Amino acid sequence: MRQSFFDEEILDRQFIQLEKLEDRENPNFVEEVLTLYFRDSTTLLATIEREMENVPIDFPKVDRILHQLKGSSASIGANKVRNEITKTRELWQQGNREGAKATFQEARKEHDTLKAKLEPYFQQLRQAGPAETAMRPR
Amino acid sequence: MNSSSGKGSMSTASSSAAWKAGDAVPEQFPAGLRVLVVDDDQTCLMILEKMLRTCLYEVTKCNRAEIALSMLRENKNGFDIVISDVHMPDMDGFKLLEHIGLEMDLPVIMMSADDGKHVVMKGVTHGACDYLIKPVRMEALKNIWQHVVRKWKDEWKDFEQSGSVEEGDRQQKQSEDADYSSSANEGNWKSSKKRKDDEDEAEERDDTSTLKKPRVVWSVELHQQFVAAVNQLGIDKAVPKKILELMNVPGLTRENVASHLQKYRLYLKRLSGVSQHQSNPNNSFISPEEAAFGPLSSLNGLDLQTLAATGQLPAQSLATLQAAGLGRSTAKSSIPMPLVDQRNIFSFENPKLRFGEGQQQHMNNNKQINLFHGIPTTMEPKQLASLHHTAQSIGNINMQVTSHGAQSFQNNSLLMPMAQPQSRGQVLNNSTVGHAPTLPSSMGQPILSNGVAVNVSPRNGIPENIRAPGYNPVSQTSSILNFPMNTASELPGNSFTLGSTPGISGLTSKGAFQEDVNSEMKGLGEFLSSYDTFNDLNQHKPQNWEIQYVGMTYDASQHSNSLQDNLDLMQSVLVQQGFSSGQVNGQNRSAAVVRKAMFSAGDSTEHVNAQNVNQHLNSLVENTIRVKSERVADASAANLFPNHFGQEDLMSALLKQQEGILPAENEFDFDGYSMDDIQE
Repeated sequence: MRQSFFDEEILDRQFIQLEKLEDRENPNFVEEVLTLYFRDSTTLLATIEREMENVPIDFPKVDRILHQLKGSSASIGANKVRNEITKTRELWQQGNREGAKATFQEARKEHDTLKAKLEPYFQQLRQAGPAETAMRPR
Repeated sequence: MNSSSGKGSMSTASSSAAWKAGDAVPEQFPAGLRVLVVDDDQTCLMILEKMLRTCLYEVTKCNRAEIALSMLRENKNGFDIVISDVHMPDMDGFKLLEHIGLEMDLPVIMMSADDGKHVVMKGVTHGACDYLIKPVRMEALKNIWQHVVRKWKDEWKDFEQSGSVEEGDRQQKQSEDADYSSSANEGNWKSSKKRKDDEDEAEERDDTSTLKKPRVVWSVELHQQFVAAVNQLGIDKAVPKKILELMNVPGLTRENVASHLQKYRLYLKRLSGVSQHQSNPNNSFISPEEAAFGPLSSLNGLDLQTLAATGQLPAQSLATLQAAGLGRSTAKSSIPMPLVDQRNIFSFENPKLRFGEGQQQHMNNNKQINLFHGIPTTMEPKQLASLHHTAQSIGNINMQVTSHGAQSFQNNSLLMPMAQPQSRGQVLNNSTVGHAPTLPSSMGQPILSNGVAVNVSPRNGIPENIRAPGYNPVSQTSSILNFPMNTASELPGNSFTLGSTPGISGLTSKGAFQEDVNSEMKGLGEFLSSYDTFNDLNQHKPQNWEIQYVGMTYDASQHSNSLQDNLDLMQSVLVQQGFSSGQVNGQNRSAAVVRKAMFSAGDSTEHVNAQNVNQHLNSLVENTIRVKSERVADASAANLFPNHFGQEDLMSALLKQQEGILPAENEFDFDGYSMDDIQE
């Protein structure tokens, strides 16, 4: 299952970096980080969507949030999410509101997909236990 | 990393609370490196923290820039390196970067998901030592310790360049300089490491460097800027690089700042009563200093010019000063003797005057040398104000004093000179008073012009006072003022025998000077505590004093001797101030200095006074002048104007001031510098 993430390029090597950080002290580090990520990202996505429709539009604000989302997505290795966010931001900076909005929807879709796929994955990990984690191919 | 022994120190210096100065670098370095991570993104923060922990670093995470800044401020030596995000809601990452650089001088790594060239360039120009693109990988974090080491190394270089001569001093001061910031520690560390070698090297280097480099004239304004920068950074954390950045003066090199800083630090040390330095190290330094005085002379000239430019110094004063500066050398020699005598006279209960070195907080030497108290004359209120601001930079004071019209200046100038010399090679803590030497020379001269100049000599005693930041300028000045002004300096308790110096009478202005000095000294606060006396003194006779002051302060702070002329002035100023302060602290020297000045004045031949002053200054400068000299300078400046102020007036003024001034310990560490050292 895990490998599929990489094959589909949903996750990139950065995710592996996170996995490397797991140790006996922090056996569920990756899950913890991802949980934190989704907590913030869900809020940010909602804010962006709202702001994009807002009148008058606060361009810099949306740009800032997009930037932040880009950073955190990149940090966890959410490859596709990051790519879409980057595209959205570029369009937004160019003033292409419609284009940005459309791309943003794509980003949102990728985000939700990732979340949906990771949940069972972590569940599986927890069930497998530390041994499984240790044996997990790096 | 610094596998060399220095390494250990380096780490200590820059950061580590964990490593004390002088300790060898722990084997596990870079493990234990204290990192502060700032990022508003919780996810990133968590990841970074884990990564850094895996690198065996000590991590503190923070998601608000303001909080991070206050954490850094509260615990200046608590972190070795900072990693900060660029885009944060409460504060721009670059702004945080600037703050940290200026206030704490820690290496800062910027990071962002933004990898645009523009942003990266911004990081570079704002002083970030590295820029990481998110997502940050472990590999990137593993080697961040290199930035810490690099910074230490740079700091070390600064110190070395600025004046290894001081390193020896530094070492001595190491213990004393506990307060010194890490950068200072670095210096100390370095000093200890190669003190001996460095000393020699430094000296040579200094000379050579001075020869090679165009002399930087630490004008009043420049010094003001310097002091402001130092204050902003905090004397502990003020490192040349940051100061340079803060000052933003084109053409000013880090070396310039470093040497100036050393002098300044020495001056501060003096003020705080570092007595150790006074004696020996100074002597050794003095010699090199003397050589360096050459530059001081230029400085004097510059100062004068600066002063003149600022309109502070009356044109004539400037001319006088310059002339004095030129004639300094000669004056110097002649003065030594008389000054000494004079000093004795002044050695009244200086102890009182001693404003606690550095303790004179109230004096605020640092902050704002309230030199301007009462300086009725030239000191313009705003100048005073500015002086106050620069408080820290005693040097500023000196500068300012001079510009102001001697009043506030005097103190400042005294301080300045002191500071400068100090920076030479590193704030020769007191020991390198040698710088002072330059002052004396200059002082003598200016004084002459003013007629008051001589008063400076009595000040010689002051220089000592000056050193003691705390030394009650007042008292000192009083002593110094004895000559005309000094009497007034009964500043806080210094029962300077105002009347003691007969010659002083002529110094009436001196008295004023004392007052000024006193006031100034007060203003100086810790740094300039001794200066205060000067302030008081200065007040009286801003004009003459200014000139003198200029020279004096100049020298005091600059060991760069190059400013000899300035030194002269400063010496005189210092002397004046020194007297007052010295007096208080019982520093005869100061008294002597002052006396000299006074004598000079009294002797009627301004020249004499000037010379005396110079000499005193020189000696003062050398020893305590550093710190004290500044004050003395002020004082002397005051003395310089004896003519203007009546003795009585001065005395009363001084007395008043003295009261206000804390008994500054006359830290004049003038251990009897030989005026000769001051060399022209």
